[in-house]
Amino acid sequence: MLKGKAFKFGDNISTDHIIPGRYAHLRSNLPELAKHALEDADPTFASRVKKGGVIVAGNNFGLGSSREHAPLVIKMAGVSAILAKSVARIFFRNAINLGLPVLICDTDKIDDGDELKIELKKGVVKDTTNGNQLTFGKMPDIMLRILNQGGLIPYIQKYGDFKL
Amino acid sequence: MGKTLAEKILSQKSGSDARCGDIVIAKVDLVFAQDTTGPLTVRQFQAGNAKRLANPKKTAIFLDHAAPSPKREVSNDHQLLRQFAQKTGCLIYDVGGGICHQIVAESLARPGDVIVGADSHTVTAGGLGAFATGMGSSDVAVIFALGKSWFRVPETIKIALSGKFGRRVGAKDLILHLIGDIGADGATYKALEFGGEGLASLNMSDRFTVANMAVEAGAKVGLFPADKVTRHYLNSQKRGDCYQPLSADSDAVYENTISINLASLEPMVAKPHTVDNVAPARSLKGTKIQQVFIGTCTNGRMEDLAIAAAILKGKKSHPQTRLIIGPASPQVLLSAISAGYIRTLVEAGAVILPPGCGACLGLHQGVLASGETCLSTANRNFKGRMGSPQAFIYLSSPATAAASAITGEITDPREVS
Repeated sequence: MLKGKAFKFGDNISTDHIIPGRYAHLRSNLPELAKHALEDADPTFASRVKKGGVIVAGNNFGLGSSREHAPLVIKMAGVSAILAKSVARIFFRNAINLGLPVLICDTDKIDDGDELKIELKKGVVKDTTNGNQLTFGKMPDIMLRILNQGGLIPYIQKYGDFKL
Repeated sequence: MGKTLAEKILSQKSGSDARCGDIVIAKVDLVFAQDTTGPLTVRQFQAGNAKRLANPKKTAIFLDHAAPSPKREVSNDHQLLRQFAQKTGCLIYDVGGGICHQIVAESLARPGDVIVGADSHTVTAGGLGAFATGMGSSDVAVIFALGKSWFRVPETIKIALSGKFGRRVGAKDLILHLIGDIGADGATYKALEFGGEGLASLNMSDRFTVANMAVEAGAKVGLFPADKVTRHYLNSQKRGDCYQPLSADSDAVYENTISINLASLEPMVAKPHTVDNVAPARSLKGTKIQQVFIGTCTNGRMEDLAIAAAILKGKKSHPQTRLIIGPASPQVLLSAISAGYIRTLVEAGAVILPPGCGACLGLHQGVLASGETCLSTANRNFKGRMGSPQAFIYLSSPATAAASAITGEITDPREVS
C-alpha cells in the first residue's frame, strides 16, 4: 500500500512545466535536475513534496516531449504515484518504465493536501481526509508486469524479452 | 473486415492479425535518440547490461537539440554520444547535421516502416507512410538492444480532406485548425489517418508538417498513405527503390471521421500556452512580437523558406522584431542558398542558424526574456518552453510568421503584398 499527501494540479501539465528545456544541460546531473521538478507549474513543489507524496492532476497530464526525465524528476522528488483524469501516452509509458505508478481516476473528488492510501492490487484510492473511495482503471497486463518488476530495464533483465 | 493504415503496418511487422486494442510485439525498422534524450538512453542501455545493438545500421544518434553545444554540460553529453556511436557502430549525425526528423524523412524512413525515436515529434515520418512514434529513453534503449518493442494497436480517427488551400493558407493552418477542433488530448493513444481527394494538394513537405503535429493532439501516429506524391519525393531524394504504395482498406473501420474542406481554412495561430488555443491570425492584429522564428521540424523545410523569402523579398523585418531562420537540414540550407532565399532573408534582416532545432526549446539561439512575445513556426507553445516562463509563444505558418516579421505584430499574411 502507498500512503501520501495529495499535491493538486490542473489540466494539461506539460513536460515543459515538469522539467523545462532550459534545464536540459542538467540532464546528466539528476539530483540537481530534480530540484526543478514541476517548477513552472508550482515553484514551491520540489521543496514541499515529502517522500510518498502523490500528484493529483486533471486531464492530459504529461503532454508534450518524450523526455523520460519528466517522470524521473517526479520520482526523484519523492512522489510515490500520479493520479490523473487522463495522461499523455509517452509520459504514461515512461512513468511505468521507471516503476512510477500512474492511475486514472476521477481526481475532482480529492482536495489538495488530503491524505491518500492507494492499494494497487485492489485498484482503490482511499481519501482518508474526506472518506471518499475511488477506483482506478486497469492498465494493460504488459504494463502491470513492467511496473511490478520496478520498471522496464529490470523487466527485460528478468525475462530477456517482451512477454505477452 | 478491412484495416486502417496503422493496423496494416503493425500486422505486417508483428506477423499477426493486428486489430485496434490489441497489444503486439513488432519489429522496429529504425530507432534513434537525440542529444537531450540520448544520454539517458545510453545509460539505460548500459544499466540493462546490453552489449551490442540489434541493428547498428538502423540505429541513429542525432546531435541537433543544442548544437553546436552552448554549455559545458551539453558538450559532455555530446562526447558521451559520440563515444557510444564509435563503440557500437551506429549512425551518428553530428552538430550541423540537421534535425533528426528531417534527416529521417530525407534519408532513412520508408513507407510501411515502424520507426521509434526518443523524441515526441518522431511522428513526422508518418508523412510518408511510416508508423513512426516517440517513446522515452528506456523504451528506446531496449529497442537498441532487441530491435523490437510492444505496441498497443491504436484506434484511428480518419481526417477526410477535400478542396484546395486558398492563397497563403497551408498545411500549418490545417493542423492548427484540427488541433483547435479536437483539443490537445483529442486523439490521445489514437492514430490520425489523413485521406480524401484533398490529399492531392498536400506536397510531401505539407504532409510532414501535418504529421509532425499529430502528437499535439495526443496522437500516437499521424499517418498518410504512400502515393504518387510520396513516390515523387523518394525519387527526388534518390531513394525511389524504397517506395511501395500503401493505403488503408476501403472497408477499414474508423472510430470517427472528421471532414475538412481545405478551401474553408484561413491563417490560424495557436495562442499561449497550449497548442489547442487557436484563433484566426486576423483576430490577433495588434499583438506586438519581439521575435519571429521560422524553422524547426515542423516548418524548416525548403518550401517553408521559399514562402518566407517570397513575402520578405525587398522588405525589412520590423526594427523591434528579431527575425531568426533555422533551416532543418544541410540539404535545406544548401538548396535555399542556391535558390537565393538565404540572401533575400539576410537582406530582410534575418539571422541564419546552423541546421538544428535552434530556438525551439529554450536552450540557445533565441532564448526569450520575461514579458517577451515570439511568433514561431514550431509545434509547441508551452509555458517556459523557449526560455522565460513569463514569455509568450504564438505558433503559426511560415507565411503568417514572415508577414508578421515585417509589421512587428501578428498579421494575416493575406494582408501584405
